[in-house]
Amino acid sequence: MADHPRIEERPLSPLVSQAEERVSVASNWKLVWWRFRKNRLALSSAVVLLVFYVVVLFPGFFAAQDPEATEAFRAFIPLTGIALRDSGRFRMTVPSVAGQRNPVTLRMEWKTDEATRIPVRLFARGFRYKVLGMFWSDIHLVGSVDPEHTTAVHLLGTDRLGRDQWSRMMYGTRTSMTVSLAAVVFSVFLGVLLGGISGYFGGWIDQVIQRLIELLQSLPTIPIWLVMTAALPQDWRPEQVFFAITIILAFIGWTTLGREVRGRFLSLREEDFVIAAELAGCSRLRIIGRHMVPAFMSHIIAASTLAIPVMIISETSLSFLGLGIRPPAISWGVLLQEAQNIQTVALAPWLMIPGLLVIVGVLAFNLLGDGLRDAADPYGH
Amino acid sequence: MTRPNAAPLLEVRHLRKHFLIRKGFVRKTVGTVRAVDDVSFSVNEGETLGLVGESGCGKTTTARCILRAMAPTSGQMLFRTSGGRTVDLAGLGRRELRPLRPQMQMIFQDPYGSLNPRMTLADIVGEPLLVNGMTGRRERTERVTELLRLVGMPPEYMQRFPHAFSGGQRQRIGIARALSVNPRLVVADEPVSALDVSVQAQILNLLLDLQERLHLTYLFVAHNLGVVKHICDRVAVMYVGKLVELADTETLYRTPRHPYTAALLAAVPVADPRIKTGNVELPGEVPSPAHPPPGCYFHLRCAYAVDRCKVEPPELREIGPAHAVACHRAEELSLPGIT
Amino acid sequence: MADQTQALLSVRDLKTHFMMDEGVVKAVDGVSFDVHAGRVFGIVGESGCGKSVTMKAVLRVVEPPGRIVGGSILLRRGEEMIDLAKLAPNGRQMRSIRGAEIALIPQEPMASFSPVHTIGNQIIETILLHRPVSKEEARGIAVQLLKDVGIPMPEQRLEAYSWQLSGGLRQRAIIAMALSCNPRLLIADEPTTAVDVTTQAQVLRLLRRLQAERNSAIIFITHDLGVIAQMADYVTVMYLGLVMEQGPVDAVFHTPRHPYTQALLRSVPSVDSAPRVKLPTISGSIPHPFNRPAGCPFHPRCSSAMAGKCDARTPALQPIEGEQAASCFLHHDVEVTP
Repeated sequence: MADHPRIEERPLSPLVSQAEERVSVASNWKLVWWRFRKNRLALSSAVVLLVFYVVVLFPGFFAAQDPEATEAFRAFIPLTGIALRDSGRFRMTVPSVAGQRNPVTLRMEWKTDEATRIPVRLFARGFRYKVLGMFWSDIHLVGSVDPEHTTAVHLLGTDRLGRDQWSRMMYGTRTSMTVSLAAVVFSVFLGVLLGGISGYFGGWIDQVIQRLIELLQSLPTIPIWLVMTAALPQDWRPEQVFFAITIILAFIGWTTLGREVRGRFLSLREEDFVIAAELAGCSRLRIIGRHMVPAFMSHIIAASTLAIPVMIISETSLSFLGLGIRPPAISWGVLLQEAQNIQTVALAPWLMIPGLLVIVGVLAFNLLGDGLRDAADPYGH
Repeated sequence: MTRPNAAPLLEVRHLRKHFLIRKGFVRKTVGTVRAVDDVSFSVNEGETLGLVGESGCGKTTTARCILRAMAPTSGQMLFRTSGGRTVDLAGLGRRELRPLRPQMQMIFQDPYGSLNPRMTLADIVGEPLLVNGMTGRRERTERVTELLRLVGMPPEYMQRFPHAFSGGQRQRIGIARALSVNPRLVVADEPVSALDVSVQAQILNLLLDLQERLHLTYLFVAHNLGVVKHICDRVAVMYVGKLVELADTETLYRTPRHPYTAALLAAVPVADPRIKTGNVELPGEVPSPAHPPPGCYFHLRCAYAVDRCKVEPPELREIGPAHAVACHRAEELSLPGIT
Repeated sequence: MADQTQALLSVRDLKTHFMMDEGVVKAVDGVSFDVHAGRVFGIVGESGCGKSVTMKAVLRVVEPPGRIVGGSILLRRGEEMIDLAKLAPNGRQMRSIRGAEIALIPQEPMASFSPVHTIGNQIIETILLHRPVSKEEARGIAVQLLKDVGIPMPEQRLEAYSWQLSGGLRQRAIIAMALSCNPRLLIADEPTTAVDVTTQAQVLRLLRRLQAERNSAIIFITHDLGVIAQMADYVTVMYLGLVMEQGPVDAVFHTPRHPYTQALLRSVPSVDSAPRVKLPTISGSIPHPFNRPAGCPFHPRCSSAMAGKCDARTPALQPIEGEQAASCFLHHDVEVTP
């Protein structure tokens, strides 16, 4: 070796392309987003859910009638839909229905009168409602042009009490989507807290929490729900019931997430970069908050998203059985309660349409959650 | 370089680290893994001590015990602090340990696992600074710039994330992080094992240069004997949790006194097709640290074992100036080394 | 290289590219070599050089989005040569070759053995797949194989699971499985990277012995220059998908012609060099495969690069002296035909 070799001090070759530059300064969230974007199914699901949540924020706007306005004389009107053309021109109309009581069965029978059509328009005026609980409005997405026919617009028919189903579905969406989301938020909170403590500290704390999780998971869910909801006082207001249902759902739902968080903590504890943080002198809290949690946040979000459909189905099932949200509060489960008997299914099948909402909602969340999980963790780390 | 009369920076005495094997629902203890089993050595200020051995020998566990990434089972680790005091790291609680942490840092083996993928370079290198009192952002940025230049990384890359960099570059970042708080002792745990051959040389040169510039003391853990030869002043050889030989590098390589060291040296493949290595085959397997054989742990594989070796574990004793061996027959054996 | 008709395996101008979203990675871009029976052919290189992909291409197990886009892989069978590159990767012919005529000794034995089957099960399954023997005969063969590779108590070991064996024994077991159908060609993909140096010595000795006994050819892939020097008869040095230098191991190690080989040999820390002397390094770092430099892939880091030549044209692999060949404009002026 003739000459004394020098330390490599030449600057590293500049990255060639702009694309590379973008990738290298991209934080993990950006990378996850770019990967997510490629998944069309997940992206469309996200759009669908966005629409759902807009409805959650403004149910009054999307509804056409007061969801609680009962009108015994307008029970079981079949769905009518909207026609977009009328005698060659673009005009939105809804057929008017004329009812007649059948003398033999004493049941109301509805015939649509195609001749007399009620013109409807967008952004029509209708019943008054509070926007975001702050100010009053009476503008709705679809409504009759003529104020006299306001209450005659029943796009998806009415139920046995003459309540407009379309409007009830809008309000039901708000409840169901909110309860499930709130329940998941609670679950995440409990799961991260208890799972984190369990995984980080190990030892007997870990043992106790793990046994607790196993205990909760081995309890049969329906009897537990039965017991807990039966314990709710009958005279509670809908909001209180709502809150209680959320807690009950989260009470068992946190366990799966807790296990996953614990697993992540256990493996992260051994990672070199966590040990480096310990050696630097970081406090335990800082290690957990600054070094460990960000490393698996994206996975937690993906797991939480996948937990929402479970909550939707749980809440819907509970309410369907009469154990959850109670009328006059409206949720998808409450709506489906109306479709519980053969009579309804045979005579008023349009009352099963809220089931479609459940299917779409659950499917969308599952696809979104899968997409998020794949984007957060392309190598199944 | 080593000054023979310098007081040791670190003195390890009878260090032991045992892991309990627990089984069953009530976690009954069924066995012990003697990962580190009575290890003693000292590291002088400014020198590089190599800690070599194969997997399961306990070198990484020793390194982590010294830095208190885990608590030793027993023994002392006497560290001379910058204030001149000598403290036993083994006996300190978390709170007392905290102010000492900046004085001893670690360089990790895995360039991909040692950097938090969610933090920028600036955050990674600046974290030890932040945690130890440098709260001013501008001050930290200046120091991080200085450190990155020191390790040969362009400071403009400060806002990038680790995934943008190669293995060698990541190791440089890890080194910058370790040096940020001006440590006196740096434990390098296989810092070049996971790197390409051409990059290994760069990082080794960097470590040598930094040692000279910053008067660092290295404890260099490795399994590659070629790398160890290059960078260490003295070498300690470990086998199944015990220290079997400790000597100056040249002495160890030229005249090993422990049969295991000789076998290890003979097994290293040399990059010269005219020199055939691996002629002496070591029979059997490395014993598990949970079930070590009686007597000398090496006797079952040793070509020179006698009856005494089967029952009596040898002590680490001096057989020459700065040359210690744990072998009953050290004086009488003439073992092949690297000439 | 020696006469093609005598070679067991002839790779000619092999090109394997990966079609990724961000661009095309030319993992292997024109590699040629011959492998003869009874000889060890070493492929050495650093990360990104394409040695693993070359091996996967020969076995036709390159994962999508990668595929062979050019060149030929000629396997000699008696008097005729089959081009493996033209066979369907999962077709009957390729499957009968894979495992029986060409076997793989993988890097990570733990990952190659199924954890839910005993090693005996897996070895016997491989034997039954390729050889017309009964189950008892296969079992007998398996016991003999374990004995051949030096595993003590082979009868009992057949019933063991891979995770019950130590690293060294696992490595031997995977070699036994590779040998189970008497392959003419063994591909050893970094077989000793994951084991200790004393176990490595054992495994290398074993491979040398087995090769002498069976006269099989071995392609030995590694990044460790010491192991190559000890094991290989011929060596190919790869860099970024191209062959830099090729030849008998003594020639390549003692008279390296390519600047990359020279620099690589100089930068390896070895047990008989002086301590604490800085190593000569290769400046710069290995570029990302997407950014392979134009012309000679090594030119940005080469101290002898000639401006205007090395950065514009890619040198072809040409014989320099005897069987030694290099792709470098310092020694010839032949370009790669695109």
